[in-house]
Amino acid sequence: MLKQTGIPTKEDIEKILPSKQRREKGAYVVIECFEEIPCDPCTAACQYGAILQMENVNDLPEADYEKCNGCGICIGLCPGVAIFVVDETYSEEKALIKLPYEFTPLPNKGDVVPGLDRAGEEVCKAEVIRVQKHPSKTNIIWITVQKELAHEVRFIRIPEI
Amino acid sequence: MIHQVPMLVIGGGPAGMVAALQALEAGVDVVLIDDGIEIGGQLIKQTHKFFGSEMEYAGTRGFQIGNLLTDKLFSFDNFKYFGRTTATGFYEDGVVTALKDNKEYLKFKPEVILIATGASEKPLAIPNCDLPGVYGAGAVQTLMNLYGVMPGKKALMIGAGNIGLIIAYQLLQAGTEVSAVVEAMPCIGGYLVHASKIRRAGIPIMTSHTITEIEGDACVERAQIVRVDENWQPVPGTEKWIDTDLICVAVGLTPLIDLLWMAGCEMKYVAKLGGEVPVRNKQMQATIPNIFVAGDAAGIEEASSAILEGAIAGLGMANFLGAEIADYDEKHNKYWNELNSFRSGPIGQRISEGLKFVLS
Ligand SMILES: Cc1cc2nc3c(=O)[nH]c(=O)nc-3n(C[C@H](O)[C@H](O)[C@H](O)COP(=O)(O)OP(=O)(O)OC[C@H]3O[C@@H](n4cnc5c(N)ncnc54)[C@H](O)[C@@H]3O)c2cc1C
Ligand code: SF4
Ligand code: SF4
Repeated sequence: MLKQTGIPTKEDIEKILPSKQRREKGAYVVIECFEEIPCDPCTAACQYGAILQMENVNDLPEADYEKCNGCGICIGLCPGVAIFVVDETYSEEKALIKLPYEFTPLPNKGDVVPGLDRAGEEVCKAEVIRVQKHPSKTNIIWITVQKELAHEVRFIRIPEI
Repeated sequence: MIHQVPMLVIGGGPAGMVAALQALEAGVDVVLIDDGIEIGGQLIKQTHKFFGSEMEYAGTRGFQIGNLLTDKLFSFDNFKYFGRTTATGFYEDGVVTALKDNKEYLKFKPEVILIATGASEKPLAIPNCDLPGVYGAGAVQTLMNLYGVMPGKKALMIGAGNIGLIIAYQLLQAGTEVSAVVEAMPCIGGYLVHASKIRRAGIPIMTSHTITEIEGDACVERAQIVRVDENWQPVPGTEKWIDTDLICVAVGLTPLIDLLWMAGCEMKYVAKLGGEVPVRNKQMQATIPNIFVAGDAAGIEEASSAILEGAIAGLGMANFLGAEIADYDEKHNKYWNELNSFRSGPIGQRISEGLKFVLS
């Protein structure tokens, strides 16, 4: 499916998520990179060693969720724009998603914007709670969504003014 | 006047620049000619971060890699650069002619030559493909990222290889709507991370689809797309017209090898490398001993591999000229190990298979 449409399937995603216990502990990285390509900047991006070194530059990236604190530094350094951070403990109802965003204008803190799924379909309204400018110019947007959408929403649309 | 030069590099993309650097470091005087407005080849218009390994500047945006290499080159006193200069001919007496600024003819007589001319885009032959508004994807990228010109309002991308996917994303960044990426193959050819990032931004990727016709009075107004079956035949009843004013063609690249033909180097057709490519040895030396090749001109691949091939060729050329390189073998082997590791995955397999026909 992914190879035909560009949309990772539920099974693809389930394979890369940490254990339930880890998910209940706080923020963690989600690396949506499912194909062996010659690429490795993510392995050097994490100062905590939470993205494992690769033996070969074509290996799939792999996270050590025990070492990951969800800081999100790696998000801005992946050329595939494929890394996200999810925190399912953000509040009673809401999950926090940190996503890479390489468009202008940037949203503002407090904006409520359409939250899009991996197919680009609007699935909810998401609240922007922080806009983190990254020196790599891949900026990081923090949004909150209903918990059950923590692994659905992966992009936002900034409505035209 | 004939410029007598030890080493002439034709093409200032990553391959040519890195080859020049290797030779300069070994103390060789280098002249580089490039027909672009700026040195850097494909790199200067690449606003996305590059893939590959940390060692070949992965994670850095293409144009920034170009800037890094350019700064290094111009820090050498024995480096000479001719911009807006197109190599036009290769003569039996070893003279290379070049046209500078479209008016002045230059002649070079180099002892050793690198052909690092890169690639050209394959065209698309369908009715009305000569209407204004049909562009090669590379041209669209040059207009947007180099000249700041918006090439259209509503684009249709043909080809879901890396170039098609990346430029679709960059069109979106520039504020152009992209209706779809159309791909005749049943699978996406480019990296899936590129596909996913445009898909979640709302651009559908239509695999097993092709474009059959373009319509418009003075320029492109709409295009017809159709689903194709496993034998590439259009499926009747699936035709669909899409309004568009910009058709971007990204159906592949082919090595730019005219100069190699002119010089009389042995060439072979290898589909996996993009077309006619030169036979070469492990120094990246063609069948004419003072001609070396590197980068996309030697086979369509990536900047990371163009950089490594450039390094191998530059080293080989300095060696050919008799420069003292204490750790020649060590460096040569190191670059080959990196190149082999780069090519060892499923993506590089195609390249490795293709190279079997031309690498001795
Ligand atoms: C949209 C796009 C995205 C890409 N993304 C990536 C990526 O993420 N990672 C990656 O590793 N690679 C990427 N690439 C591929 C990469 O850009 C090329 O593989 C690489 O630039 C090849 O380097 P080169 O030096 O062989 O050729 P080029 O960069 O094409 O340089 C060749 C130069 O030679 C000049 N020239 C040609 N003929 C003559 C002549 N007769 N006289 C004088 N000068 C001449 C040309 O004008 C050009 O400046 C991408 C390419 C494109 C188009
Ligand atoms: S989120 Fe932070 S800790 Fe986790 S992998 Fe990324 S950089 Fe490392
Ligand atoms: S840097 Fe990004 S695209 Fe490259 S291997 Fe890591 S996760 Fe995948």
